[in-house]
Amino acid sequence: MSELPGDLYYTKDHEWLRPEEDGSYVVGITEYAQAALGDLVYVELPDVGQELDENDEMAVVESVKAASDVYAPIAGTVVAVNEELADDPESINTDPYGDGWIVRMTAADGVNLDDMMTPNAYQEFLDELEA
Amino acid sequence: MNETVIFEESRNGRRAYAQAPAAVAALDLPKEFLREVPPMLPEVSELQVVRHFTRLSQKNFSIDTHFYPLGSCTMKYNPRVCNSMAMLPGFLNRHPLGPIEQGQGFLECMFDLQEMLKKVTGMKGVSLTPMAGAQGEFAGVAMIRAYHKARGEDNRNEIIVPDAAHGTNPATATMCGCVVKEVPTDSHGDINMEALKAALGPNTAGIMLTNPSTIGVFERDILDVKKVVNEAGGLLYYDGANLNAILGKVRPGDMGFDVIHMNLHKTFSTPHGGGGPGSGAVGVNERLLPFMPLPVVGKADDNSFCWLAENDLPQSIGRLSGFMGNAGVLLRAYVYMLMLGRDGMRRVAEFATLNANYLQARLRDAGFELAFPDRRASHEFIITLKHQAKSVHVSAMDVAKALLDRGYHAPTTYFPLLVPECLLIEPTETESRETLDGFVAAMVDIAEQALTDADGVRQAPLTTPVRRLDDVLAARQLDLAWKADK
Repeated sequence: MSELPGDLYYTKDHEWLRPEEDGSYVVGITEYAQAALGDLVYVELPDVGQELDENDEMAVVESVKAASDVYAPIAGTVVAVNEELADDPESINTDPYGDGWIVRMTAADGVNLDDMMTPNAYQEFLDELEA
Repeated sequence: MNETVIFEESRNGRRAYAQAPAAVAALDLPKEFLREVPPMLPEVSELQVVRHFTRLSQKNFSIDTHFYPLGSCTMKYNPRVCNSMAMLPGFLNRHPLGPIEQGQGFLECMFDLQEMLKKVTGMKGVSLTPMAGAQGEFAGVAMIRAYHKARGEDNRNEIIVPDAAHGTNPATATMCGCVVKEVPTDSHGDINMEALKAALGPNTAGIMLTNPSTIGVFERDILDVKKVVNEAGGLLYYDGANLNAILGKVRPGDMGFDVIHMNLHKTFSTPHGGGGPGSGAVGVNERLLPFMPLPVVGKADDNSFCWLAENDLPQSIGRLSGFMGNAGVLLRAYVYMLMLGRDGMRRVAEFATLNANYLQARLRDAGFELAFPDRRASHEFIITLKHQAKSVHVSAMDVAKALLDRGYHAPTTYFPLLVPECLLIEPTETESRETLDGFVAAMVDIAEQALTDADGVRQAPLTTPVRRLDDVLAARQLDLAWKADK
């Protein structure tokens, strides 16, 4: 498996979160998640403006094998969704950390990223799963 | 050869004798109801129709021709006699709007069927009206909601579903206006009790469970589950998907379930899997009796059989079908249950379980990895091919396709979702040891080919009417209907 991007935070449900310069956060699913799901055929996105608690169902990704929920890694508000995914769900397969981003959100007060995994911690978590 | 759509064989004026229009016009139809353009039907000869559908049927991979170990689907043999009896002229020609005194025989069969289903499930009432498994689930959760509403607890809208559940469970809960809360399964296949307790609260409506679960093991903590869910004010829903495993052995009513749906088309003798008519009969305990869907067959004071309707059950969730479910499916279930009797039911569960455990042990000894190695299988079990997928890049899907070439229908693939690269295998009670041994030999053959000729496995199937289909493209660009203007 390729190396994990170092500027991201990770969850046990295989979401990633990237802090942006404007203070917002971009969320997607990891390389491991897209490989496990296989070719995606459909992505259901939340509404812009939707408020989410941590671990709320935020989006649904569907492949020919499975449908899977994507959970909000932090509490906050959806400020943008990746509309391109409606026509091009496979960009999550081809570029999960780039063009395959899913949601941009702002964090609710008091959100703490320390609960999420660093790239090293997530890699260890993956190694355990693979064992 | 590719079979064309029968409309493409159509030629103007060609017709089948059996469908020839009546020589005399239908004079008694009001003029405004007569159509102005002929219906768009294929114009083909009788022989063309016979050949078309016979050829299609020969392409079928079915229980009539092949072993079909499709886990969670219980693709077992449906005795021909069940269908013969359901097709008796007295049943076929009975009109559902005919006078009730002329349908007493049919009603008696349905009344007895209700009684038998109550006995085998341990429930207090049964309604036969839901027309499919999904509708049975809907009826079950709708009754749970109606119960809470009647008690002034309309706020209870959270349904707990284990992560191993059938996808229909969260779908049903959502359709009934509920919010789904998922709880994880532990590494031994039981529900995670701590997570369950954390998910319960003042808004809990209930929990939907299959037992044995979708991973093919019996939920050992079921009585504790019942205790904590009841204490939180929630009810227990039993998904009858795996009822085959416990027939005559354990009753959902005794496990503490409040409501159950049964796939009569699956467990009780109707061919299924093609989207044909089904039956999702529901059973309820005492507290849900007033909410059963209508109609239900009852007994009048003079011992004749009658319909129980809105007057009898004013709190019912309502009607789910034009009359009372799919009569043919219900009749087949009735005949099947009568023929089995109490001992036969028990044998169904025993042989379904024996066959699954035999197959599980033989595959394990042949080197396949079991997903839950420390558990005895119920009627189905899971193997995981995650190591093969990594070492030789042969996936569960490749193995499934390679089985088709060897004359076996593939087991269920990639379900349940929590086991990677899995095959969910359910042999059912009606298969012989020779058939099971043949399946093991085919699996071993594929495993050996994966080591020496992985490409060959990835190219399977080679012998089927169509080769490997592009399921990704098919899902992205749905094209299901033939259109005349093409």
